[in-house]
Amino acid sequence: MQRKQRLSRNTAYFVPYTLWILLFVIAPVLLLIYQSFFNIDGQFTFANYQTYFSSSTYLMMTVNSVWYAFLITLATLLISYPTAYLLNETKHPQLWLLLIIMPTWINLLLKAYAFIGIFSQAGIANQFLSFIGIGPKQLLFTNFSFIFVAAYIQIPFMVLPIYNSISELKPSYVNASRDLGATNWQTFSRVIFPLTLPGVKAGIQAVFIPSLSLFMLTRLIGGNKVITLGTAIEEHFLTTMNWGMGSTIGVVLIVAMVIIMWLTGGSGKRHARKGLTK
Amino acid sequence: MTQRRFKWRNLYLWLVFIVLYAPIIFLVVYSFSKGDTMTNFHGFTWSHYQDLFADTRLIAIFLDTLLIALLSSLLATAVGTLGALGINNTTRPVTKNTLLALNNILMVSPDVIIGASFLIFFTALKIPLGFGSVLLSHIAFSIPIVVLMVLPKIQEMSTSLLDAAADLGANNWQLLSQVIVPYIMPGIFSGFFMALTYSLDDFAVTFFVTGNGFTTLSVEIYSRARQGINLEINALSGLMFLMAMVLVIGYYFINQYSSRHRSNVRGRRK
Amino acid sequence: MKKLFSVIIALFAVCGLLAFGAHHLQSSTGSTGSKVLNLYTWGDYIDPNLLKKFQKETGYHVNVETFDSNEAMFTKIKQGGTSYDLTVPSDYMIEKMKEAKLLLPLDKSKLTGMQNYDSRFMNLAFDRDNKYSVPYFWGTLGIIYNDKYVKPGSIQHWNDLWEQKYQNKIMLIDSARDVMGFSLASMGKSMNTTDPATLLAAENKLNRLAPNVKAVVADEIKMYMIQNEAAVAVDWSGEASEMLDGNSHLHYVVPSEGSNLWFDNLVIPKTAKHFKAIYAFLNFMSEPKNAAQNAEYIGYATPNKKAKALLPKAIRNDRQFYPDNQTIKHLQIYQNLSPEKVGLYNDRYLEFKMHH
Repeated sequence: MQRKQRLSRNTAYFVPYTLWILLFVIAPVLLLIYQSFFNIDGQFTFANYQTYFSSSTYLMMTVNSVWYAFLITLATLLISYPTAYLLNETKHPQLWLLLIIMPTWINLLLKAYAFIGIFSQAGIANQFLSFIGIGPKQLLFTNFSFIFVAAYIQIPFMVLPIYNSISELKPSYVNASRDLGATNWQTFSRVIFPLTLPGVKAGIQAVFIPSLSLFMLTRLIGGNKVITLGTAIEEHFLTTMNWGMGSTIGVVLIVAMVIIMWLTGGSGKRHARKGLTK
Repeated sequence: MTQRRFKWRNLYLWLVFIVLYAPIIFLVVYSFSKGDTMTNFHGFTWSHYQDLFADTRLIAIFLDTLLIALLSSLLATAVGTLGALGINNTTRPVTKNTLLALNNILMVSPDVIIGASFLIFFTALKIPLGFGSVLLSHIAFSIPIVVLMVLPKIQEMSTSLLDAAADLGANNWQLLSQVIVPYIMPGIFSGFFMALTYSLDDFAVTFFVTGNGFTTLSVEIYSRARQGINLEINALSGLMFLMAMVLVIGYYFINQYSSRHRSNVRGRRK
Repeated sequence: MKKLFSVIIALFAVCGLLAFGAHHLQSSTGSTGSKVLNLYTWGDYIDPNLLKKFQKETGYHVNVETFDSNEAMFTKIKQGGTSYDLTVPSDYMIEKMKEAKLLLPLDKSKLTGMQNYDSRFMNLAFDRDNKYSVPYFWGTLGIIYNDKYVKPGSIQHWNDLWEQKYQNKIMLIDSARDVMGFSLASMGKSMNTTDPATLLAAENKLNRLAPNVKAVVADEIKMYMIQNEAAVAVDWSGEASEMLDGNSHLHYVVPSEGSNLWFDNLVIPKTAKHFKAIYAFLNFMSEPKNAAQNAEYIGYATPNKKAKALLPKAIRNDRQFYPDNQTIKHLQIYQNLSPEKVGLYNDRYLEFKMHH
């Protein structure tokens, strides 16, 4: 009874957030859906969706986007998880964490230009490669540099939530697991990782979803070798001014996001429940 | 043995930090170059810094950018944290998932789409474009990341803690201020910092919703790309970064010192 | 919790200071008064010293707001809610804005410097009789090459790009009209064609160029070329002049068989409010001395013939950026195509990008 009361009173706090959802999420989404039914001449049509799902160009773009977003997320996760874990063991973890976020305050375009300088044929990266005897390589416009820079941009967004859940981890669990004779790997895979899963999931959501619609880096660093849905949207909104088609891709992205959320959300819950019953 | 492992760990962290800061060092180094572009270092000069301080327009833009970033992050953090509490309180999984999906829509939508639809939205409501519209938009697109950062912390909070507090007769406000907020503080802080990041970084949304003389640094930088970004911008970024660095480290150590100091005092009193 | 509140209060105090500082700076330069002109332009597209001079001479303070593409600017002006007095669209965009009724006609009786402009750049198809626009800068589309990798003189024509020796050596500017355009020009077709079969042929020809294409990039192409990342690039003359400044090995060629001729002109959008300031500014910018100073600062070609005469000889006689009459005769200005036709160009171009 008391519990219920507490909940109902809490809804008052929820008003600004609900207002935000109504004004800045639902309203724009309805607008987007509405626009997606108009062609370039302003006539009502389903043709945009037809084009999207029947043209090999758009389907290939979708596959590309998902694949690269996956690679970027994976790379980010592989770098960020150990970073977050090791940060937690340093003396001033909060400070180091802030220092990880701070590079994101420098304008993205400037950082991209800096990377162009670093990866160029006479740049530091190639000088280093020559120094260790590999010799200069074409680094720009390769998948490697594209994924590297994209992961670079995303690292803070992944480290932060993971760190937050690792710092909550009670050392007693780890000790208990060790005392019970688990190896380091077992402790990690059975105890630490599952317990930090909420953070990992938050990180993946914060990285994978925006990676689907990257557009600037695909051009600046990737030289448009990879065309993603973000590029197409950009083009439709700013060059062709075919807002209908652009909106259609936007709607598809939103639907994809809902599906991803549904998938990751579902599996996470099962995991947690399994943990509890054990 | 442990000594050696320890070193390996440090090496990894150092590597990560070197990579994270490499482009920034690159930018700062070129802010001292005599040339006009970020290619070929031409020898040391302060002239770009002199240009910067003479350029009142750029400095005004810079101050406006910081203002928008701080204000929007503060408000977005407040709304987002309350929103996360609300989402956590929903009992039906369907409602919760729907809310989360709605929450994430602004994160998945490309900036151009957000910018264009906000522009239509503001002009339809006859909200004048400028400081107000930019602030509202920045709050709007920062809220989801705050929710994403705060929500896991709330979920980790055991219900027994809340129930215990409630049983002890804590009212809503006490519950929130004495129990919940201190517990989820790290999440709130990360949310705030991420909101700051989003705001400082945004170009497309700001571009569409701004007007009447109001500009942010990102818009200025992007629109300078056609003529080539001059090194004055590097100088500004370098300075901004130095300032942020001093602030963050300073704040952190003052904070550390005062909390240690306080606990010492408390200890002595005992 | 107390600590949290003190942090929040401190942050608000900082916000207050920032607001005060920004306001103070703006009012000290006069940007909030009533004697203002709101100029909406490309970033860094006017010499700041000229703005100061203009204020000293006329008392009008110029507020500069910037955009980074014609289309983005169009969207902003169309939606309204702003009060821009002057803006600088390119040729085809002037036509498009005219059709969308976003432009106000010029009052010729208030313009004093129109006779300073080169008649070759007046009364063009996108704006007959210069009813709406005053020329600001002009330029061409062409080929930049690096003499470290390419023998000077070996690239003269569009078709030279298709040679096998340039495999993975060419950078293209990311623009549908321009890339499709030079493919069309290389086949001797109009750069404004709307015939689907011709466009398909142009795409097929581009697909054969694909092995030579190293990357398709935008503004950053300058940085790439300056640091010798590629041997050849296709880009606009304005960008090319920046590149040539940064790397003495670079050269710019306008293929004589035909290329694009572009203009950025000053126009008055329908959002304009300060008409006295507008005409004062248009007249100020048409004065040869000011136009010459601006041209030297920006590095683009000025359409003001009296200003051109004031430029240093090395700039004035540079055939790369002030091509001779013979070449200019073959240049084509982009027409504003219907959205459907623009879509056609973009679809073909997107296909090319997907496959390169």
